Amino acid sequence: MTIDRVSYTLDSTLDSVNKAEQAAEEAACKIPFEDEDCHRIAMAVREAAVNAVLHGNAYDPKKKMTVSFENTGESLVIKISDQGRGLRDEDIPDPLAEENLLKQSGRGIFLIRSFMDEVHFRQLQPGTEITLVKHIGHPSGSAAEASK
Amino acid sequence: MTMKASNRRVDGVTILDLSGRITLGEGSVVLRDQIRDLISKGEKKILLNLGDVTYIDSSGIGELVSAFTTVRNQGGELKLLNLTKKVHDLLQITKLYTVFDVKDDETSAIKAFTK
Repeated sequence: MTIDRVSYTLDSTLDSVNKAEQAAEEAACKIPFEDEDCHRIAMAVREAAVNAVLHGNAYDPKKKMTVSFENTGESLVIKISDQGRGLRDEDIPDPLAEENLLKQSGRGIFLIRSFMDEVHFRQLQPGTEITLVKHIGHPSGSAAEASK
Repeated sequence: MTMKASNRRVDGVTILDLSGRITLGEGSVVLRDQIRDLISKGEKKILLNLGDVTYIDSSGIGELVSAFTTVRNQGGELKLLNLTKKVHDLLQITKLYTVFDVKDDETSAIKAFTK
Protein backbone atom coordinates (compact mmCIF):
# COMPACT_ATOMS: atom_id res chain seq x y z
CA MET A 1 0.00 0.00 0.00
CA THR A 2 1.38 3.40 -0.92
CA ILE A 3 0.85 6.42 1.26
CA ASP A 4 0.85 9.76 -0.51
CA ARG A 5 1.45 12.86 1.56
CA VAL A 6 1.84 16.46 0.53
CA SER A 7 2.20 19.50 2.76
CA TYR A 8 2.01 23.25 2.19
CA THR A 9 3.10 26.15 4.38
CA LEU A 10 1.11 29.22 3.46
CA ASP A 11 0.85 32.87 4.42
CA SER A 12 -2.12 34.08 6.44
CA THR A 13 -4.05 35.50 3.51
CA LEU A 14 -7.32 34.91 1.71
CA ASP A 15 -5.28 33.83 -1.30
CA SER A 16 -3.92 30.98 0.84
CA VAL A 17 -7.48 29.97 1.72
CA ASN A 18 -8.25 29.68 -1.99
CA LYS A 19 -5.04 27.68 -2.55
CA ALA A 20 -5.88 25.28 0.28
CA GLU A 21 -9.38 24.81 -1.10
CA GLN A 22 -8.06 24.13 -4.59
CA ALA A 23 -5.42 21.69 -3.29
CA ALA A 24 -8.15 19.87 -1.34
CA GLU A 25 -10.32 19.51 -4.42
CA GLU A 26 -7.38 18.15 -6.39
CA ALA A 27 -6.38 15.72 -3.61
CA ALA A 28 -9.96 14.49 -3.20
CA CYS A 29 -10.58 14.04 -6.91
CA LYS A 30 -7.26 12.20 -7.29
CA ILE A 31 -8.34 9.49 -4.77
CA PRO A 32 -10.97 9.55 -6.43
CA PHE A 33 -14.01 10.57 -4.41
CA GLU A 34 -17.30 11.27 -6.16
CA ASP A 35 -17.79 14.84 -7.39
CA GLU A 36 -20.20 15.66 -4.57
CA ASP A 37 -17.72 14.49 -1.93
CA CYS A 38 -14.85 16.34 -3.65
CA HIS A 39 -16.91 19.52 -3.34
CA ARG A 40 -17.71 18.87 0.33
CA ILE A 41 -14.10 18.07 1.22
CA ALA A 42 -12.89 21.21 -0.54
CA MET A 43 -15.49 23.28 1.28
CA ALA A 44 -14.56 21.75 4.65
CA VAL A 45 -10.93 22.63 4.00
CA ARG A 46 -11.90 26.15 2.98
CA GLU A 47 -13.80 26.61 6.25
CA ALA A 48 -10.90 25.25 8.29
CA ALA A 49 -8.44 27.44 6.38
CA VAL A 50 -10.60 30.52 6.99
CA ASN A 51 -10.59 29.72 10.71
CA ALA A 52 -6.80 29.33 10.67
CA VAL A 53 -6.08 32.50 8.72
CA LEU A 54 -8.80 34.77 10.09
CA HIS A 55 -9.56 33.59 13.63
CA GLY A 56 -6.27 31.83 14.39
CA ASN A 57 -3.51 33.88 12.79
CA ALA A 58 -5.63 37.03 12.42
CA TYR A 59 -3.95 37.75 9.04
CA ASP A 60 -0.62 38.17 10.87
CA PRO A 61 2.07 38.10 8.14
CA LYS A 62 4.53 36.55 10.60
CA LYS A 63 2.25 33.57 11.25
CA LYS A 64 1.82 30.67 8.83
CA MET A 65 -0.89 28.14 8.07
CA THR A 66 0.16 24.57 7.35
CA VAL A 67 -2.04 22.27 5.29
CA SER A 68 -1.28 18.61 4.63
CA PHE A 69 -3.07 15.91 2.69
CA GLU A 70 -2.41 12.23 3.25
CA ASN A 71 -3.93 9.30 1.42
CA THR A 72 -3.59 6.36 3.81
CA GLY A 73 -5.33 4.00 1.43
CA GLU A 74 -8.32 3.87 3.77
CA SER A 75 -8.89 7.59 4.23
CA LEU A 76 -7.97 11.04 3.10
CA VAL A 77 -6.50 12.71 6.18
CA ILE A 78 -6.18 16.50 6.07
CA LYS A 79 -4.46 18.52 8.79
CA ILE A 80 -4.68 22.30 8.98
CA SER A 81 -2.78 24.18 11.64
CA ASP A 82 -2.30 27.79 12.60
CA GLN A 83 -0.07 29.66 15.03
CA GLY A 84 -2.82 31.66 16.69
CA ARG A 85 -4.29 31.92 20.14
CA GLY A 86 -5.98 28.53 19.97
CA LEU A 87 -9.53 27.31 19.47
CA ARG A 88 -11.35 25.16 22.01
CA ASP A 89 -13.92 22.83 20.50
CA GLU A 90 -16.19 23.19 23.54
CA ASP A 91 -16.31 26.98 23.10
CA ILE A 92 -17.97 26.75 19.69
CA PRO A 93 -21.69 27.56 19.97
CA ASP A 94 -24.31 25.42 18.23
CA PRO A 95 -25.35 27.35 15.10
CA LEU A 96 -28.63 25.39 14.94
CA ALA A 97 -29.77 26.63 18.36
CA GLU A 98 -32.74 28.95 18.10
CA GLU A 99 -30.81 31.88 19.59
CA ASN A 100 -27.94 31.43 17.09
CA LEU A 101 -29.91 30.77 13.92
CA LEU A 102 -29.82 34.38 12.71
CA LYS A 103 -26.25 35.09 13.74
CA GLN A 104 -23.97 36.11 10.92
CA SER A 105 -21.08 33.82 11.83
CA GLY A 106 -20.39 30.55 13.62
CA ARG A 107 -21.29 27.94 10.99
CA GLY A 108 -17.83 26.97 9.73
CA ILE A 109 -17.03 24.15 12.18
CA PHE A 110 -20.59 22.86 11.89
CA LEU A 111 -20.25 22.61 8.10
CA ILE A 112 -16.89 20.86 8.47
CA ARG A 113 -18.47 18.27 10.76
CA SER A 114 -21.37 17.84 8.33
CA PHE A 115 -19.08 17.16 5.38
CA MET A 116 -16.33 15.02 6.93
CA ASP A 117 -16.43 11.59 8.62
CA GLU A 118 -14.13 12.57 11.50
CA VAL A 119 -13.01 15.94 12.88
CA HIS A 120 -10.41 16.26 15.63
CA PHE A 121 -8.86 19.30 17.33
CA ARG A 122 -5.41 19.44 18.91
CA GLN A 123 -3.93 22.35 20.79
CA LEU A 124 -0.48 23.43 19.65
CA GLN A 125 1.98 25.75 21.38
CA PRO A 126 0.87 28.11 19.98
CA GLY A 127 -2.09 27.46 17.73
CA THR A 128 -4.65 24.85 16.78
CA GLU A 129 -4.48 21.82 14.52
CA ILE A 130 -7.69 20.47 13.05
CA THR A 131 -7.69 17.03 11.45
CA LEU A 132 -10.33 16.22 8.86
CA VAL A 133 -10.86 12.61 7.81
CA LYS A 134 -12.89 11.27 4.91
CA HIS A 135 -13.06 7.51 4.56
CA ILE A 136 -12.51 6.11 1.10
CA GLY A 137 -15.19 3.91 -0.39
CA HIS A 138 -18.05 5.12 1.79
CA PRO A 139 -19.84 7.73 -0.32
CA SER A 140 -22.05 9.91 1.85
CA GLY A 141 -25.69 10.73 1.14
CA SER A 142 -26.76 14.24 0.37
CA ALA A 143 -25.97 16.77 3.06
CA ALA A 144 -29.63 17.59 3.30
CA GLU A 145 -30.53 13.96 3.93
CA ALA A 146 -27.78 13.66 6.50
CA SER A 147 -29.25 16.52 8.46
CA LYS A 148 -32.69 14.95 8.79
CA MET B 1 -14.77 33.52 -10.38
CA THR B 2 -15.69 36.47 -8.20
CA MET B 3 -19.23 37.57 -7.65
CA LYS B 4 -21.13 39.91 -9.94
CA ALA B 5 -24.32 41.70 -9.05
CA SER B 6 -26.85 43.72 -10.98
CA ASN B 7 -30.33 44.83 -10.10
CA ARG B 8 -33.58 45.51 -11.88
CA ARG B 9 -37.03 46.54 -10.75
CA VAL B 10 -40.22 44.64 -11.55
CA ASP B 11 -43.64 45.62 -10.14
CA GLY B 12 -42.12 47.44 -7.17
CA VAL B 13 -39.74 44.61 -6.33
CA THR B 14 -35.98 44.98 -6.68
CA ILE B 15 -34.46 41.84 -8.11
CA LEU B 16 -30.76 41.47 -7.33
CA ASP B 17 -29.21 39.07 -9.84
CA LEU B 18 -26.08 37.51 -8.36
CA SER B 19 -23.54 35.29 -10.10
CA GLY B 20 -20.29 33.63 -9.12
CA ARG B 21 -19.06 32.88 -5.62
CA ILE B 22 -20.30 34.41 -2.38
CA THR B 23 -17.33 33.76 -0.12
CA LEU B 24 -15.26 35.51 2.52
CA GLY B 25 -13.77 38.61 0.94
CA GLU B 26 -15.02 40.05 -2.28
CA GLY B 27 -18.30 38.15 -2.80
CA SER B 28 -19.59 38.82 0.70
CA VAL B 29 -18.57 42.47 0.52
CA VAL B 30 -20.31 42.96 -2.82
CA LEU B 31 -23.54 41.52 -1.46
CA ARG B 32 -23.33 43.62 1.72
CA ASP B 33 -22.70 46.82 -0.26
CA GLN B 34 -25.56 46.08 -2.66
CA ILE B 35 -28.02 45.52 0.18
CA ARG B 36 -26.90 48.68 2.00
CA ASP B 37 -27.22 50.65 -1.22
CA LEU B 38 -30.74 49.38 -1.89
CA ILE B 39 -31.84 50.06 1.71
CA SER B 40 -30.40 53.58 1.56
CA LYS B 41 -32.51 54.20 -1.56
CA GLY B 42 -35.62 53.08 0.29
CA GLU B 43 -35.96 49.75 -1.51
CA LYS B 44 -37.68 47.39 0.89
CA LYS B 45 -38.83 44.55 -1.34
CA ILE B 46 -35.76 42.65 -2.39
CA LEU B 47 -35.56 39.37 -4.27
CA LEU B 48 -32.11 37.78 -4.36
CA ASN B 49 -31.75 35.72 -7.52
CA LEU B 50 -29.10 33.08 -6.68
CA GLY B 51 -29.58 31.03 -9.87
CA ASP B 52 -26.05 31.74 -11.10
CA VAL B 53 -24.34 31.54 -7.73
CA THR B 54 -21.95 28.63 -8.14
CA TYR B 55 -20.56 28.50 -4.63
CA ILE B 56 -21.26 29.86 -1.20
CA ASP B 57 -19.28 29.34 2.01
CA SER B 58 -20.21 29.95 5.66
CA SER B 59 -19.27 33.61 5.28
CA GLY B 60 -21.63 33.88 2.31
CA ILE B 61 -24.39 32.18 4.29
CA GLY B 62 -23.76 34.69 7.06
CA GLU B 63 -24.05 37.51 4.57
CA LEU B 64 -27.42 36.18 3.37
CA VAL B 65 -28.61 36.05 6.99
CA SER B 66 -27.32 39.56 7.57
CA ALA B 67 -29.10 40.81 4.44
CA PHE B 68 -32.31 39.14 5.61
CA THR B 69 -32.19 40.71 9.09
CA THR B 70 -31.08 44.11 7.78
CA VAL B 71 -34.00 44.33 5.37
CA ARG B 72 -36.45 42.98 7.94
CA ASN B 73 -35.28 45.48 10.56
CA GLN B 74 -36.06 48.25 8.08
CA GLY B 75 -39.60 46.94 7.74
CA GLY B 76 -38.90 45.29 4.42
CA GLU B 77 -38.97 41.81 2.94
CA LEU B 78 -36.16 39.77 1.42
CA LYS B 79 -36.79 36.54 -0.45
CA LEU B 80 -34.50 34.09 -2.23
CA LEU B 81 -34.99 32.89 -5.79
CA ASN B 82 -33.59 29.99 -7.84
CA LEU B 83 -31.37 28.17 -5.39
CA THR B 84 -28.87 25.74 -6.89
CA LYS B 85 -28.74 22.29 -5.31
CA LYS B 86 -25.54 23.13 -3.45
CA VAL B 87 -26.98 26.31 -1.93
CA HIS B 88 -30.27 24.54 -1.20
CA ASP B 89 -28.41 21.77 0.67
CA LEU B 90 -26.41 24.30 2.68
CA LEU B 91 -29.54 26.13 3.77
CA GLN B 92 -31.12 22.79 4.70
CA ILE B 93 -28.30 21.59 6.92
CA THR B 94 -27.95 24.99 8.61
CA LYS B 95 -31.73 25.06 9.24
CA LEU B 96 -32.01 28.34 7.37
CA TYR B 97 -34.23 27.00 4.61
CA THR B 98 -37.25 27.55 6.83
CA VAL B 99 -36.07 31.02 7.88
CA PHE B 100 -35.83 32.36 4.33
CA ASP B 101 -38.80 32.58 2.00
CA VAL B 102 -37.42 30.58 -0.93
CA LYS B 103 -39.02 30.72 -4.37
CA ASP B 104 -38.23 29.00 -7.64
CA ASP B 105 -40.30 31.11 -10.01
CA GLU B 106 -39.71 34.83 -10.49
CA THR B 107 -43.28 35.79 -11.32
CA SER B 108 -44.81 34.06 -8.31
CA ALA B 109 -41.98 35.35 -6.13
CA ILE B 110 -42.81 38.94 -7.07
CA LYS B 111 -46.50 38.33 -6.38
CA ALA B 112 -45.63 36.92 -2.96
CA PHE B 113 -44.36 40.29 -1.69
CA THR B 114 -46.75 42.25 0.48
CA LYS B 115 -48.60 44.85 -1.60
